Amino acid sequence: MADSTAKPIVRVHGLVNRFGAQVVHDGLDLEVRPNEIFGIVGGSGSGKSVLLRTILGLRRPQDGTVELYGRDIQRLSQPERLMLVQSCGVTFQNGALISSLNVAQNIQLPLREYHPMSEKALDELVQLNLSLVGLPPDAAGKYPAQLSGGMTKRAALARALSLEPKLLFLDEPTSGLDPISAAAFDELLLYLHTELKLTVVMITHDLDSVFRTCNRVGAIVEGRMITDTVDGILQNAHPWIHEYFHGPRAHAVEKGAHD
Amino acid sequence: MNALTLQQDGEGWRLCLSGDWSLASIGQIDRELGALPDSMLGTLVCDWSRAEQPGIAPVWLLLTRLSALGAGESATARLQVRHEGGPPSTIELLRKLNVNRPAALAAPSAAMPAIEGAIGELGRWVVREGAEASAAVDFFGRIVAVIGEIFSRPRALRIPSIARHIYEAGVTAIPIVALIAFLISVVVAYLGAQQLRKFGADIFVVDLVTIGVLREMGVLLTAIIVAGRSGSAFAAEIGVMRLNDEVDALRAMGLNPVELLVLPRVLALIIALPLLTVIADAMGLAGGALLSLLELHIPPAQFTVRLQEALAPTTFWAGLVKAPVFAVLIAMVGTYRGMQVRESARELGRLTTVAVVQSIFMVILADALFAVLFEKIDF
Repeated sequence: MADSTAKPIVRVHGLVNRFGAQVVHDGLDLEVRPNEIFGIVGGSGSGKSVLLRTILGLRRPQDGTVELYGRDIQRLSQPERLMLVQSCGVTFQNGALISSLNVAQNIQLPLREYHPMSEKALDELVQLNLSLVGLPPDAAGKYPAQLSGGMTKRAALARALSLEPKLLFLDEPTSGLDPISAAAFDELLLYLHTELKLTVVMITHDLDSVFRTCNRVGAIVEGRMITDTVDGILQNAHPWIHEYFHGPRAHAVEKGAHD
Repeated sequence: MNALTLQQDGEGWRLCLSGDWSLASIGQIDRELGALPDSMLGTLVCDWSRAEQPGIAPVWLLLTRLSALGAGESATARLQVRHEGGPPSTIELLRKLNVNRPAALAAPSAAMPAIEGAIGELGRWVVREGAEASAAVDFFGRIVAVIGEIFSRPRALRIPSIARHIYEAGVTAIPIVALIAFLISVVVAYLGAQQLRKFGADIFVVDLVTIGVLREMGVLLTAIIVAGRSGSAFAAEIGVMRLNDEVDALRAMGLNPVELLVLPRVLALIIALPLLTVIADAMGLAGGALLSLLELHIPPAQFTVRLQEALAPTTFWAGLVKAPVFAVLIAMVGTYRGMQVRESARELGRLTTVAVVQSIFMVILADALFAVLFEKIDF
């Protein structure tokens, strides 16, 4: 699946992020290869979301570089930045759907902005994106406040997919979902990954999700990232990583996986 | 360059797809798809050999357009579609999604006749306003109930919270209230001086300013400023708490949001607004005195004497007594609108605006009623 020789799509080098005296990232390196699902794990407060915001250019790091598709995002002109932003889909932790727009309008928002077309075509594309993420057609008219947690995550994904990105960033896509919905989301992700040839960077705490979907995993430990395959990271001797993947909460997962 | 070219090909049709077929060209592709003839029978061959970088969305538009033209999977479909020349890899997926899509995508409901629509709209408005009125009465009842509760359970009176709101709505408003009261009374005194000077009745400027400030302007200006500052703050603060489920969290803990959020604000304004009014009155008189000195050369001592002659014993109280009433109106409208916020950020903005506009309106309406009342009882 993932091509280990190709040039990385995302490359973060020597990243330093500080909040006052608190050092979150201290020389963090990260490479995401084309067409892989890359999971980012880490303790609460280890800076997973900060890392995501830095990669997206929403936050300027104290030091280090971030490259998307081989381009340093700090050195882009405004039009280049816009192109790059359009080629990345992002979902935020709580969905971040615009609450005054319904699902259809949320999905159409970036389309309308960048690709003028007829209203009918816009409606057709809403239906396309809804069926891609497995939402019923009548979800289009609903407002974010009327959606369940699982539907919100799917609607956010539909919006993220609307510009046909090749690279998808997901912040805790399965948090707050029941196991059935979470499993369904994993399957959806795998399906989109295969069908649309997406590269996915996913922040997650959900070990089931990591084992089910990810090709490689990066663990943020002491401000740096330890990257390995899923099998590899299970063997890692670092105490925190061992605790994370072999702690009491992980045993059920492992048992289930080995059954 | 055309994105699609349709050719008659023996028995059927041949659709050549060429040029950029990525999302970037979707506007053009959409237009050209719309221009396809509405009746095509037989077979249609889509030739993808010259299409570059076909994106999902344009392919989807093509497929939905074709199925609207009668293309189907079954052998009996009016239009048999075949894809040739290296169709995009996603086409199978999209075809499946298109077929699984419910055929009847909620046809738009027929428009209602205008008259029927208007009557229906009126009916809905009446029902909505009725519900609104009863909700407002209900809200007022809840506040009164909590006030009643204070006597049996003094803890229901949240002193620290009241103090905080007195500070935020009262103390921090002192500079702006003082400044505006001063400036407005300077303006009124100046206008009065210009007119009264014609009759040699300069001294009556003192009457004009003092009665105007004490009876009406001091309290009314203060109430309007407070409505703009604190009415909006109350609505926005409580509104955001509603959006974060904080109000529901209080309820779930068995705490009464009216007791914790609404009553302290109401009581704080009842205390703060009269005090602010006194400050506004003082500054207004000071402004009048200053202008009298500069423009009419009435020394402060003479101003004070004339002031005491002009005022009836009740003039000051006729203004001040209105302050707590205005306070209740402003605080109640603000907190009530805040409590109504649900679902969206737009709702929060709308209701904050409504809170300010409505509380200012209510203040002025109440002031008019007071004017009539005082006139009748000769206060």
